[in-house]
Amino acid sequence: MLPANDKVALSCTNIHRYLGQGEGRVHVLKGVSFEARRGQVDAIVGPSGCGKSTLLYLLGLLDRQDGGEVWINDRKMSTGSDAERTAARGEHIGFVFQFHFLMQEFTALENVMMPMRKLGRLLLPAMEARARQLLASVGLGDKSHRLGTQLSGGEQQRVAIARALANEPAIILADEPTGNLDVKNSGMVFDLLTRLAKENGQAVILVTHNTEIANRCDAIRPMRDGLFI
Amino acid sequence: MSSNLHIAFRFLTAKKRAMLMSLSCIVLGVGLFIVTQATTSGFEEFFIKTILGTNGAIRIEDKIQYTMRSMAAGGFSSKYEIKTKEGRKYIEGIEEPKLLIDAVKRFPNVAGVSEVLHGAVIMRSAFKNESVRVYGINLDDHERVSDIRRQIVRGKIADFPGALSGSIIGIEMAQRMQLELGDTYQLEVGGQVRRYRVTAIYETGVSDIDRVRVYLNMGEARSLLQKITGASFLQVGLINRDRAQQDARSMTEVLQHNTKSWQEREKTWLEVFRALRISSAITVSVFTLIAGLAMFNTLAMIVMEKTKEIAILRSMGFTREDISQIFLWQATIVLTIGTALGWVLGAVITYGVSKTPINIRGIFAADTFIVSWSIWHYVTATVTAVAMVMLASLIPARRAARLEPGDVIRGTAQ
Repeated sequence: MLPANDKVALSCTNIHRYLGQGEGRVHVLKGVSFEARRGQVDAIVGPSGCGKSTLLYLLGLLDRQDGGEVWINDRKMSTGSDAERTAARGEHIGFVFQFHFLMQEFTALENVMMPMRKLGRLLLPAMEARARQLLASVGLGDKSHRLGTQLSGGEQQRVAIARALANEPAIILADEPTGNLDVKNSGMVFDLLTRLAKENGQAVILVTHNTEIANRCDAIRPMRDGLFI
Repeated sequence: MSSNLHIAFRFLTAKKRAMLMSLSCIVLGVGLFIVTQATTSGFEEFFIKTILGTNGAIRIEDKIQYTMRSMAAGGFSSKYEIKTKEGRKYIEGIEEPKLLIDAVKRFPNVAGVSEVLHGAVIMRSAFKNESVRVYGINLDDHERVSDIRRQIVRGKIADFPGALSGSIIGIEMAQRMQLELGDTYQLEVGGQVRRYRVTAIYETGVSDIDRVRVYLNMGEARSLLQKITGASFLQVGLINRDRAQQDARSMTEVLQHNTKSWQEREKTWLEVFRALRISSAITVSVFTLIAGLAMFNTLAMIVMEKTKEIAILRSMGFTREDISQIFLWQATIVLTIGTALGWVLGAVITYGVSKTPINIRGIFAADTFIVSWSIWHYVTATVTAVAMVMLASLIPARRAARLEPGDVIRGTAQ
């Protein structure tokens, strides 16, 4: 049992993960332990293939570990049912991916409203008002009715950030959020993500190759060969 | 609108052409199913109406007489029994029609009973001689068990009961014998020849009837056929025709007369119609099957193209059931629109077909295609389409639900 700590939003202990099958089976994570606190931005850095993204997906309950435990808000999720883990994702975790993954058939406003509609905590007008406020806070208040395809890469990533924040999750997981953006947009997206997360007391875990971005985080966790070093 | 339905609707618009293909197959499948059922049922229904209108729902003829029966050899309490083969024979005709009619009328489903006397005679006209059958009837009674009034195509049926030498002849008989309304002809039987006048001409559409049946007033028929008492058979009309088989069984049991329902009498033709209806339904169901395959194909394509969207939905808290539901909603939307349009198409074509001229004579008389308007054709078409399309949609929907978001984002999803 982990010690209770109000500031710890997410933790994992001794995580193991194998990928592939047969002779191609690789031991990607070799007993990783990690803790993310509210209001803090952690950067996980390391060379390609060291297991950063795999760890992030495990922490985000998008994948199942082969060994170890994952705790979210002091609740053990590693052995939870698919329904429990899905509910936890919707309520406590916001994702920002490198390739934005906006729903292209929906407007920016609808994309941001989507997690709220699923959670069903607010009434429709309140959802819309919050989505508009979030889009305004990422500087896209005037483009809320544009489809994903009508937005630039930087704009799409800003919509993705607004969407990740929609349900006020305790944890934001970002996989190379600036990896597909130019320098100017990278800075803007990172500033936005960290500022909004700190304002709301959210834990941000960032996987990045960008050392400049990593250096601006509160803590840097370098990884190599499936372990933090 | 629920978020799943909302997403399903938007996903649909991403694959407009493929969805339109599935939609057209559903429309055609449902529409043609309705049309074939309407036409085959229409002809079947018309055939039933014709046979009920000519020969009635039930015919009672020939008294049953049991032959040897097993019996106790030494009195009622004896253990010994003389065993013989059970058997029965039929005594032709009805000896006491009035008594039997009274008994038949006590059955609650009986609408009317008509005694009929018939016999074979030779018809002579100026043109030729033919063997025909005389049917002696009491018109009032016979109208209650047949459509004879509706079947009159020339002349007035009201003139028939009052004219002793009046007769009603079939249209084919009139053509063959070159007889017109008011013409006279002779009937010959057992050495006596009598002259009759054509009071009216009927058409049932059934060749076997229209060619040989001559209706005479009962009194005249008795006199001609020299049968002062008795009847050949009783024709019974029913309130609920579908209960004819049960009623016939009860009547046989109670009245001890050979009783046949219309279903038993016309079994061969009814089987033909049933086979036609089933075979046409199977043939047309191919369209619905294609609709199912098209839907499967379209949804499978959408699943393949939308794996990232599925993963992002899962990351936002959408459950596997939600994902499955999104794809099933897509099938449901196309199915609903397709079925509604199929109904309209079916109704329009059915209406068009019902106005198409066609000349059918033989088992019934029809001048246009006969269609049957039944809600059940629409229900059956819908159930078939729903079963096939939803079954075909289940596989891609389940595949979508099984996708692991981690694998999709990592790019290793199969």
